[in-house]
Amino acid sequence: MATVAPTRPRAGRNAEIGLLLLALVVGVSAYAIVGLNLSGELPPDLWRHLALLAGMAVVLHLALRWRAPDADPVMLPLVIGLNGLGLAMIARIDVSLESRGLTAGFAGRQLTWTIIGVALAVATIVLLRDHRMLRRFTFSAMVAGLVLLCLPMVPVIGREINGARLWIGVGGMSFQPAELAKILLAVFFAGYFVTRRDALTLAGTTMLGLRFPRLSDLFPIVLIWAISVGVLVVERDLGTSLLFFGLFVSMLYVATEKVSWIVIGLLLVAVGVVFAYLTFPYVAARFDVWLHALDPEIFNRDPGGSGQLVRGLFGLAAGGLMGTGLGQGHPDLVPYANSDFIVASLGEELGLTGLLAILIMYLVVAQRGLRAAIGVRDGFGKLLAAGFAFVIAFQVFVVVGGVTRLIPLTGLTMPFMAAGGSSLVANWIIVAIMLRVSDAARRPAPSGAGSVVGNETAAIALADLDRHAARTSSPRSLFGWDHVTDAETSSSSAVAHEDDTFASAPTEHIGTRSDLAAIADDRLTSPAHDTGETEAGAGTSRARLDGPGGSERGTSERVVGLARDVPGTADRDPDPGATGVIDPDEERETSR
Amino acid sequence: MSELVVTLIRLGYLVLLWLLVLSAIGVLRRDISGTRVLARGSLTGRASRRTSTDAPGRGRGRKRGQPTRLVVTGGPLTGTTIRLGESSILLGRAPSSTLVLDDDYSSNRHARIFPADGGWYVEDLGSTNGTWLGSTQVLEPTPVPEGTPIRVGQTVIELRR
Repeated sequence: MATVAPTRPRAGRNAEIGLLLLALVVGVSAYAIVGLNLSGELPPDLWRHLALLAGMAVVLHLALRWRAPDADPVMLPLVIGLNGLGLAMIARIDVSLESRGLTAGFAGRQLTWTIIGVALAVATIVLLRDHRMLRRFTFSAMVAGLVLLCLPMVPVIGREINGARLWIGVGGMSFQPAELAKILLAVFFAGYFVTRRDALTLAGTTMLGLRFPRLSDLFPIVLIWAISVGVLVVERDLGTSLLFFGLFVSMLYVATEKVSWIVIGLLLVAVGVVFAYLTFPYVAARFDVWLHALDPEIFNRDPGGSGQLVRGLFGLAAGGLMGTGLGQGHPDLVPYANSDFIVASLGEELGLTGLLAILIMYLVVAQRGLRAAIGVRDGFGKLLAAGFAFVIAFQVFVVVGGVTRLIPLTGLTMPFMAAGGSSLVANWIIVAIMLRVSDAARRPAPSGAGSVVGNETAAIALADLDRHAARTSSPRSLFGWDHVTDAETSSSSAVAHEDDTFASAPTEHIGTRSDLAAIADDRLTSPAHDTGETEAGAGTSRARLDGPGGSERGTSERVVGLARDVPGTADRDPDPGATGVIDPDEERETSR
Repeated sequence: MSELVVTLIRLGYLVLLWLLVLSAIGVLRRDISGTRVLARGSLTGRASRRTSTDAPGRGRGRKRGQPTRLVVTGGPLTGTTIRLGESSILLGRAPSSTLVLDDDYSSNRHARIFPADGGWYVEDLGSTNGTWLGSTQVLEPTPVPEGTPIRVGQTVIELRR
């Protein structure tokens, strides 16, 4: 028999330096190779390019060291690497476009937007000291997000490009407000679900083994669905519409861990897609392009032919396993080779081997977001990080799926790589917020909790060791929701927030306290410690708010005090609940 | 540039790309294996060292021959040990308990083990399924002899020296 001890995750800031160096080499050497292969010599502004990228990496790294020292060490280098590789590919396509007499100059603009995005990311890391600050703006975020989403429909500033009305133009610059709206709506969804979690999880009828929610709880999902369809109808953009609805359903699933929500979501998507297919000719055209891409009449149809898609596929085929080499292929033959089809361009010049490496980089970034969601203790942070990880993963899936003809082609951008300022800036802010959440998730617990064994890790490890444990332990929460978070989040906004701080982290640990004495001392030396009071307060409000199913998750029992006081020990009792007793006879503990 | 150099650069860049990916995953590996499994007792050994350095006077009042640790001998948490200090130990499913039981048959605040009169006592806190010391149910604070099993739900614990 053995015991389990947590390894304290190392902050990894030094490992981050190494990875950042490697990422800079990846980004800048791609730029150099492009120059070598296209003109036979190194690009003249190579050192400026290197200095700018390295400067951004240094500033970001120092900002993390200063304000988020425990943040994830892998996310930033991978994002820098992706961004650098994207810049190199855009510059490479610029050269080909120029030689064919087409408009170029995307690389310079992309570099400017990268600098703006990095500056905003640094600002986010420095100014946003705690991601829970965002929770205060739950409903303002919703209003602002919906306004941004609808901005392109406003007659004067809205712009229509290639049939999709997604842009606004201000003084010669165009911007996609939907990119910023996805951040704001993720904040709103996280704040909303944290308060409505229990109602969405527990209420409702069970049918076919799935628990379906009550009709009143179903209302918001139907509303968001209607808005997504509205975006689809008015702005004519399938990708954005799918992204918002997917974000909503995925966060709903993270909040409730009920598969029924995914089933409902997929059914609604199916209904929406069939409806759109039958109603809108441009959606039907997309489906034709997807299903019959190689038919000559579809290929030659103008507008809305499959020429772009098929040329992208030919490019991927030309790349093969190892690629043609940077600057050696002809990715510029595909329209929008540097934005919508940058995946095909990369696949042509780096081959399947390179493309898989890029996809794994995205996978790791998304995984780090989900890991932060599992590790962080507050429900809002969990939902926020999971939502952002989903946004990045979903965009990659939709873009790569569209380019490779797995799904119909839609207009999303490849995060960090595709030419386009709005998407780049928005994704840098998303990464900054994920880094902030991961800092909270990986920060070591305050003193006294050093030897606390987390119940989840302990249960998992013990289950491996002991089959008995595996048989008897109850099912674990997939996203690390624990009872404390339940009680705090579901006792709704007002009471719970102050208790939701890291200062009370030791009480939130479920586990064996071998270092009990230290904790007890902690409590005794601070008689005004608010934990007891706040817990009792949160508990009572919780007890009042309890619906019929409320106690199923065993959350309302924290109020219960000691039935009797034992002489000589009452004043030394380390348990905070004992000091916050309401009435031992009134609140008996309940048990399953 | 010769064909050979171009090919070498092409393949070298792919190697570089994968080097970045694999070293990122290498940094992650430490994070994924989040726990260490220790041989039994080593954790207690470590804890006792820390306790003695943190608060040298803590063990002063303890008489010789007193139990020094609480050992879980049955149930899902078998093998867990808790060092006995001078404060009481709360057993239950509630996250604020000292020993958090992952056990549907125990109550949230099930029982308490506390030091009094130079020995350790167990007290049932009004649990649904009761607390058993040996074969008798604990109805009032009862002294716990060393090595006698205390049953709480599916969990069995003992005090040991």
